[in-house]
Amino acid sequence: MTHSREGCAKAEISFTVNGELKTAHAYPMERLLDVLRQQLQLTGTKEGCGEGECGSCSVLMDGILVNSCLVPVLQAQGSTIVTIEGLATGETLHVLQEAFLDCGGAQCGICTPGMILASAHLLNGKPEPTIEEIREGLSGNLCRCTGYSQIIEAVAEAARRRTIA
Amino acid sequence: MNSDRIVGNSVPRKEGRDKVTGRSQYVDDMVLPNMLFGATVRSQIPRGRIKKITFGPGVSWDEFVIVSAEDIPGKNCISLIEDDQPCLASEFVNHPEEPILLLAHPNRYLLSKAVEAVSVEYDPLPAIFTIEESERRAEIIWGEDNIFKTYLIEKGDVDGVWEKAAYIVEGEYTTGAQEQLYIENNGMIATFDGTQGITVWGSLQCPYYVHNALMALCNLPAEKVRVVQKETGGAFGGKEEYPSMIAAHAALLAIKSGKPVKIIYDRMEDMAATTKRHPSRTRQRTAVSRDGKILGGEIEFTIDGGAYATLSSVVLSRGAIHAGGPYHWPSVRIRAKAVATNAPPHGAFRGFGAPQSLFAMERHMDRIAQTVGLSPVEIRRRNFLQLGQTTTTEQVVREPISLGKLLDRALDASDYHSKKQRFANHNESDTTRKGMGIAAFLHGAGFTGSGERYLSSVVGVEGCADGSVRVLVSSTEFGQGTNTVLSQIAAEALSLPYENVSMVQPDTQQVPNSGPTVASRTVMVVGKLVQSAALGIKQTLISSNLLSESYTAEEFRAACQHYVSEHGQFRSWSRYEAPDGIFWDDQKYRGEAYAAFAWAVYIAEVTVDLTTYGVSVDDFVALQEVGRVLHPLLARGQIIGGVAQGIGFSLYEKVVWQNGRMQNGQMTNYIMPTSADLPPIRVFFEELGNIYGVYGAKGIGELPMDGPAPAIVNAVEDALGIHFDSVPLLPEDIMDGLVSQFSDGGVGSRGGTR
Ligand code: FES
Ligand code: FES
Repeated sequence: MTHSREGCAKAEISFTVNGELKTAHAYPMERLLDVLRQQLQLTGTKEGCGEGECGSCSVLMDGILVNSCLVPVLQAQGSTIVTIEGLATGETLHVLQEAFLDCGGAQCGICTPGMILASAHLLNGKPEPTIEEIREGLSGNLCRCTGYSQIIEAVAEAARRRTIA
Repeated sequence: MNSDRIVGNSVPRKEGRDKVTGRSQYVDDMVLPNMLFGATVRSQIPRGRIKKITFGPGVSWDEFVIVSAEDIPGKNCISLIEDDQPCLASEFVNHPEEPILLLAHPNRYLLSKAVEAVSVEYDPLPAIFTIEESERRAEIIWGEDNIFKTYLIEKGDVDGVWEKAAYIVEGEYTTGAQEQLYIENNGMIATFDGTQGITVWGSLQCPYYVHNALMALCNLPAEKVRVVQKETGGAFGGKEEYPSMIAAHAALLAIKSGKPVKIIYDRMEDMAATTKRHPSRTRQRTAVSRDGKILGGEIEFTIDGGAYATLSSVVLSRGAIHAGGPYHWPSVRIRAKAVATNAPPHGAFRGFGAPQSLFAMERHMDRIAQTVGLSPVEIRRRNFLQLGQTTTTEQVVREPISLGKLLDRALDASDYHSKKQRFANHNESDTTRKGMGIAAFLHGAGFTGSGERYLSSVVGVEGCADGSVRVLVSSTEFGQGTNTVLSQIAAEALSLPYENVSMVQPDTQQVPNSGPTVASRTVMVVGKLVQSAALGIKQTLISSNLLSESYTAEEFRAACQHYVSEHGQFRSWSRYEAPDGIFWDDQKYRGEAYAAFAWAVYIAEVTVDLTTYGVSVDDFVALQEVGRVLHPLLARGQIIGGVAQGIGFSLYEKVVWQNGRMQNGQMTNYIMPTSADLPPIRVFFEELGNIYGVYGAKGIGELPMDGPAPAIVNAVEDALGIHFDSVPLLPEDIMDGLVSQFSDGGVGSRGGTR
């Protein structure tokens, strides 16, 4: 999907990404996805469809899961964004990242960043989800490789590890 | 880690950490200085002569790089099997979305407008869109008869069998196109300079296919073409041949502009223009004895190849060889045919013809069961191939496979018999109908017949200066676990920790041609070569007196370092040699079709809602014998993922065609299963081992695609008592079936009683 760039000027847009304040110069209608990937070099956020169907561009914006391909960057002004690059602490992986590795939640990996952020969002709202709740909670994120089982197991495992920790 | 326990263990996948942290570099994540973006102007009509091309107003055309067929330095074709597919149409177009012109510009957002501003005028020619239209030959659109390829497989005396038959059972079965729908769209980057030649980086399965195509297209010697695979976000066969086209386009733009060029398809372009699973039609006519034994039969298997030959002949071959299923046919005649239509060429997709012909076979088995008055369980049991019997190509079954035992175990795991009873009661009263369906099948691993001999794959293993080991193959990772399993094999062969082995990125300047990453061949065929190349390293170190027969990892490291410092680069190569006793006749299509078959029984449990006509799969048992499982976690992931795609193929994924063009090329209207749509997919392995594969492994990747469609449609028939002989089976088809059953006086409650 593209947006007309003619007839409107670039604006200065500031937001916090993975804990750092960032300023982008972008057309107001430019997609948050493109600004993250192209201006901020945060290429962990992926594009699968460009129309809000696949969820591979998922990021957290003020704690809410959004499809960054549908968010005009202007809307991100002043917000706090978390992308896949912001989940691990240095070399220490987030519990979900560990669980995805251990349970086979990532095959080709292209859906994985979005899937992990959707899972993080799910666990933030429901720290101990049932399998059914995980199935429903991730149904906005498409994965063509795994058939989802090992993703669902990874999320359940992460929830379990978190409650033990 | 205990070094002799690497194979068979679920070690961490090699590129796993990068994938979960977002660090993996896919092609669209790569940026080169001064890079342009490329786009493709495509045919709007299915068939015709190009009359005139106009560059419309409102676009600063002088800023664009424009490439047409005239700019091609070499041969205007994408070389594969037949050289019939142009890289850019120059005079005629033969399908919608056929590439005509290429555009490039520094600003990727200006491209779509520019593509729209190019108008192409055509003299349209009549076009054909179905197998039947192609067979009628009202229009000849390819060769002399619209036929890309035919095969004939004959065994025994089919003509003499009909008079001995107690029953003759006939059926016709069809399957639709299916989009691979990898979540990462296709993409390529190319650079060109006079001394280095062409380099491309891309999302692809087969680096040497691309290499080959670029040499012919650009008229360059092998060393002036370099192909590098980037991390690839799913492929499933969909990135087997079309990436050569995109690489060719990026290369032409790079040659003309002198700058790096990136082409990334958007979802709609990827869906509309690139390959899909071949639509198919199978006719079965079977002679059956009174006690339900197959005496012989005729199978006619036809696939729609689209406008150019591409891989259709190979897909056809695999479909034809699998058409008889895992059954013993005393006599059979299989006629297979791939025909041309004016649709974009259909291509490789997991299973490669087998899901199509096996759908027909397994639906037909249930039809035979009904005709004879046996259960779906019993009819299969009576006809299963046994040790010492021969397949339709007269390949002798040499392994002690017991399909009856697999069936029993699957019946147990799915609680088949007691569920059948419960469902019979349920179906009397409720507004839903429940049913159980079985599919038994086989899948040959590796290239068909003499294919592996022609490929003659080469693999390298390197002992490095730091004492670690690297594996050099052109076999690619796209989610299946190639990197991990091949590293496991090398580590096991060298008795080294898994961590000491790494993979070299597939790059034609670095790695030998280990063949394409297709046909469930990587672990079984390439893995075996990795093992022997690795053993070559060990032997060299031992015979140089640097290492004794038993050694520690540290001793190996020291020996390897020593060897490299003395002799320089330390590599061991291994080339494929056909195992003894493998006989294949390409003319008669007879003999050892595959070095090994994997075997499986899948059982689906479904509920059909009589108000919405929706089908839900409630439980799915996938039981298979795939030889030794080298990595249980990855193997299970392969099976579940394949079954999920098979469920999509059965119940969700319908390509809507209009005049050869896909109408629903978006994820909003081409529906694949989400996490909320799928049942628990329960995976079971039976391990027999395989005499040819490495550490007893057979192929695994494609097998799970074959079973779901027939198992599910058999279950729907069990639930409703209505025959459905096509996939995808959508709610509207169920409604039509129920309406016509109602008008025929049926009541729809027969299910579960057989
Ligand atoms: S790319 Fe944003 S939802 Fe698919
Ligand atoms: S892992 Fe490939 S799409 Fe999910």
